[in-house]
Amino acid sequence: MVNPVIVQKSESHKTQLYDCRDAYAKALEEMAEIDSRVCVVINDSLSSAKMRDFQAKYPARFVNVGIAEQSMMGVGNGLANGGMIPYLCGASCFLTARAMEQIKVDLAYSNANVRICGMSSGMAYGQLGPTHHSIEDLAWTRILPNMTVVVPADPIETAAVMRYSLEHFGPMFLRISRVPVRRVHSDDYRFELGKAVVLREGNDVTIISNGVVLSRTLDAAEMLAKRGVQARVLNMSSVKPLDRETIIKAARETAGIVTAEEALAAGGLGGAVAEVLALEHPAPMRMLGVPDTFAPTGTAEFLLDHFGISAEGVTKAALELVKQKE
Amino acid sequence: MGRVKEMIEQRFEELSNPEERAAWLRSKANWIRLSAMTMTHHAKLGHTGGDLSSADILATLYLGRILSVKPSEPQWELRDRFVMSKGHCSGAFYSTLAQAGFFPLGQLKTFMDPLSILNGHPDKNKLPGVEANTGPLGHGLPIAVGMALAARMNNQRWRVFVLVGDGELQEGSNWEAVMCAQQYGLDNLIVIVDRNGIQQGDFTENTIRMEPLADRWTSFGFAVRQVDGHDHSEMLEAFSAVPILRGKPSCFIAKTIKGKGVSFAERKPAWHHGVPTREQLQVAAKEMGVEVEW
Repeated sequence: MVNPVIVQKSESHKTQLYDCRDAYAKALEEMAEIDSRVCVVINDSLSSAKMRDFQAKYPARFVNVGIAEQSMMGVGNGLANGGMIPYLCGASCFLTARAMEQIKVDLAYSNANVRICGMSSGMAYGQLGPTHHSIEDLAWTRILPNMTVVVPADPIETAAVMRYSLEHFGPMFLRISRVPVRRVHSDDYRFELGKAVVLREGNDVTIISNGVVLSRTLDAAEMLAKRGVQARVLNMSSVKPLDRETIIKAARETAGIVTAEEALAAGGLGGAVAEVLALEHPAPMRMLGVPDTFAPTGTAEFLLDHFGISAEGVTKAALELVKQKE
Repeated sequence: MGRVKEMIEQRFEELSNPEERAAWLRSKANWIRLSAMTMTHHAKLGHTGGDLSSADILATLYLGRILSVKPSEPQWELRDRFVMSKGHCSGAFYSTLAQAGFFPLGQLKTFMDPLSILNGHPDKNKLPGVEANTGPLGHGLPIAVGMALAARMNNQRWRVFVLVGDGELQEGSNWEAVMCAQQYGLDNLIVIVDRNGIQQGDFTENTIRMEPLADRWTSFGFAVRQVDGHDHSEMLEAFSAVPILRGKPSCFIAKTIKGKGVSFAERKPAWHHGVPTREQLQVAAKEMGVEVEW
């Protein structure tokens, strides 16, 4: 387990917050130790992808292509052709947006055994503005055939997803944030692709989330409980493949579904859940995410609150669904 | 005709002197040309001009045994990699792969048919011998750089050959990859430019100038050599002596003629994706002295 980056102290308790990049970087080093096929490609992202230690330990399996994301995807394809398992690590906003045609052709269509580690995704680069936000990446990657898309929520899950990626064949997009998060999983957590994790049982309403927003939905569930509403909270870290059964079950058993994510609600996790509901089991829904707009200036936390992707926002949406049912 | 057909069935290794080898490769390349044109005729789609300009290069690499590959074992780990970056010239590429024995010649009949494994642009997951899914330009060279890096990481000696178009070099992704190849001193990477001077709409020099092309590659850290892309003897000698310089990636600028071998198609931009009629196929067969039976 990695060390926390922030320890928040209040009178009653203290909360440790973690940078998931620490867990991902540590996992990559451990994986490289046990599997000689593991290699890393960066786009000058030595610091932002936290790869200094990896480079020092495994210089022969480390490539810096420079500020060149399009070529980077092709290089990943070629390394995979040569039997390596490349992890392409850099800021998600550049890796995905700049190199989208290469991701489509060199990774997805080729079914290349390559992993994109999209760092500091979502609105992690808050104040730097929409050029550096990566709120479109889920929509873009999940639409591609052969692509697997995973959004881990905390350091435990990040490490578990990284370890799982060694067993997987095919292209993967792993969304790794730098926004400090608290732990939501216990040490014995095991990641299973395509399976949602029930973090909280409840039959009144369902909240589906992942990534840095997940802890906010757990706070919302507490707020709802105080008002007598028992929310089921699902960690849908596996955006593709999606756990359709668990979504349909939630639609059957609860008043409706609230999705909450650090991405455009259209096309992202919310969009994916909506597609399942529309086809399999229509149910009332609220999609919390970034609306059809570019974000104003602010930190990630500020922007999440600004767009109502907050404990309060989730609570309000869940109560609307419960009330609607009544 | 009979004599040419006989020659085609001969194996390259059985020919001892260089003239015979060159003549054999010439007849093979002409077969590839006519095969590609016939495929394009049937599919009513294809890229005749580039198929014809690249046929001699492809024949030299595969049938002249420059590439160390095993058609019976396409995924042999230690094989040389070849990336057909100009994936639109699939007619010539598929005809070459079939001639090399990666799949039966009869498969060529299905070019672009519904559900055929011979897609308009190559698909490595469908067709044996294809290393990379290409078609959109500027993809092959970055992939080739990754393959060359993989050889180094695996401490293996296999080489990576990549055939790029000249107009294709207008895509910036190539130059990203070229800078990486220079930085890592990838002397197991061999780039061949099919310098036919014509892109889809016009001559390259009327579109976006490529010259001074050799100087550009040199300034990007490549060892550069110009070859006649239709001279099999010269290419056999040149491609056998790689890297051109130890520690540097190699670039061969192969001077070619778009539409080479067929009088009505040579040097004509309109034949970039021209589709030959039945009569034009007959003229082409006569001019090149080959016949194609799949």
